[in-house]
Amino acid sequence: MTFYDYIIRLADNNLILGHRLSEWCGHGPFLEQDMAMTNISLDLIGQARSMYALAAEVKNQGETEDDIAFLRLEHEYQNLLLVEQPNGDFAHTVLRQLFFASFQLPLYQAMLQKLQGMTEEQFVTLRGILEKAVMEVTYHKRWSSEWVIRLGDGTTESHSRMVTAVYELYRYYGEAFISDAVDDAAVSEGYGVKPEELKAEVDQYIDDIFRQANLNIPVDTYMQRGGKQGVHSEYMGYLLSELQYMQRAYPNASW
Amino acid sequence: MDTTKNLEEIFQSKIDHEIKIEPKDWMPDAYRKTLIRQISQHAHSEIVGMLPEGNWITRTPSLRRKVALLAKIQDEAGHGLYLYSAAETLGITRDQLLDELHTGKAKYSSIFNYPALTWADMGSVGWLVDGAAIMNQVMLCRTSYGPYARAMVRICKEESFHHRQGFEILLTLAQGTEAQKKMCQESINRWWKPALMMFGPPDEQSSNTEMSMKWKIKRETNDELRQRFVDVAAEQVKFLNMTLPDVVWNESTGHYDFGTLDWDHFWNVVKGNGPCNKQRLDARIKAHENGVWVREAALAFAEKQKVRQQSQVKTA
Repeated sequence: MTFYDYIIRLADNNLILGHRLSEWCGHGPFLEQDMAMTNISLDLIGQARSMYALAAEVKNQGETEDDIAFLRLEHEYQNLLLVEQPNGDFAHTVLRQLFFASFQLPLYQAMLQKLQGMTEEQFVTLRGILEKAVMEVTYHKRWSSEWVIRLGDGTTESHSRMVTAVYELYRYYGEAFISDAVDDAAVSEGYGVKPEELKAEVDQYIDDIFRQANLNIPVDTYMQRGGKQGVHSEYMGYLLSELQYMQRAYPNASW
Repeated sequence: MDTTKNLEEIFQSKIDHEIKIEPKDWMPDAYRKTLIRQISQHAHSEIVGMLPEGNWITRTPSLRRKVALLAKIQDEAGHGLYLYSAAETLGITRDQLLDELHTGKAKYSSIFNYPALTWADMGSVGWLVDGAAIMNQVMLCRTSYGPYARAMVRICKEESFHHRQGFEILLTLAQGTEAQKKMCQESINRWWKPALMMFGPPDEQSSNTEMSMKWKIKRETNDELRQRFVDVAAEQVKFLNMTLPDVVWNESTGHYDFGTLDWDHFWNVVKGNGPCNKQRLDARIKAHENGVWVREAALAFAEKQKVRQQSQVKTA
């Protein structure tokens, strides 16, 4: 079941961050960026769907993508704390995206390398999902990097909003790079990536973007953790109440 | 005086010969004003129209529906963009247009001042609201102003997809549990008459119709379009095994009658007294105001970049 757990975790990050971004739809700072955020949300939810469907297929107990997405309890979701954080202002949203995309892209790329030559059906399917996703996340990373730089080096107000966002969100940056038993098992099965191995590259990238944005990386930050093991922030219950509303109110219906 | 008359004749002759009017062509002031009013009203409708559906994005019952709804709302944002651009060809800026929306000077379709209360409303909005809009918009693909007509061709393709998608949402409900069927009928009942009023007041009360027909901005009257919509919807609803309130076949006219429409209520909604007028406008103003610092930062950064590039060129 390691494969199932590992894929669900990837998918949960996508679903929950996609959900957060979808909250912006119709409320963006201007029309072009409203559309950009909806686009990213669509990409992430699309990735989540493919991954849940694959996980359900592997488990082979008649689950559907919607059962997994909507009918679990809060502690069964294994996304990072970072992605469930509220949108805040646009500065928070673009910074959260930068932290996540900077981690997700090298993770997917490293997984693709490991999956090369693996011929079992589930691995071939996963490779297809990740190949498409890499193109999408490359754009997410570029979009969020450009906005962090633009806001950090824009006006006094935008700079100070970016500083606040960094102060509030940096503590959620590190969880992605802390491995646990699921990661270790996936590594030993051949397709998983030890996230600690990605950290130097991502740190350097963030460092470079922050330098261009006139932002400093906070020192001595204790990194919050727990999401990957299902221990979430208080925001998560509210998020799930909305996400699951219809499925809970009308059980066993088709939509 | 004679020159103007001559220009007017050339203009009307183009219209009569189905030659599109283009941004740099001479046009009567009233034609320009009518178009700005109509295109901006249409653009604002797309943008405000994102809100009632946006109300359901985080609560869609399945992931497939979530992706479809998001993509649909994103299309609407795209339509808003083309239409603002089409309006800009008439000599008005997007900022001015938004300002007119936010101060209440410009209108948007009143239908979006009704609340989206159930998931079935995502179906009704697609089937009835987009369906009514398409009746108008298909006509506008042949409208006399070139940029507007071209924008409408693209918009119509996407709208007819939304229309089918809405119907399919309702069809799924109609074939579902008792609770789903009830949700479906309740939603249709609530949206039906407001959707009929989207075609505007009856012809004898419509102040804009006559001139718009002469200039071929509009090509069919409100009442003609409304009746065609009723006749189509009355057939479609049979596939849902649902009913349309007050709709009955009239043997003598060969059309469906649709009872009376409450125009007094309609004008109240137009004037700002609909259930969600305040919320819709507040939401748009809030998004715009919360975006000020972002837009300013983007401009300031672009300016800095320009200066940096120039100084690089100099040093090189």
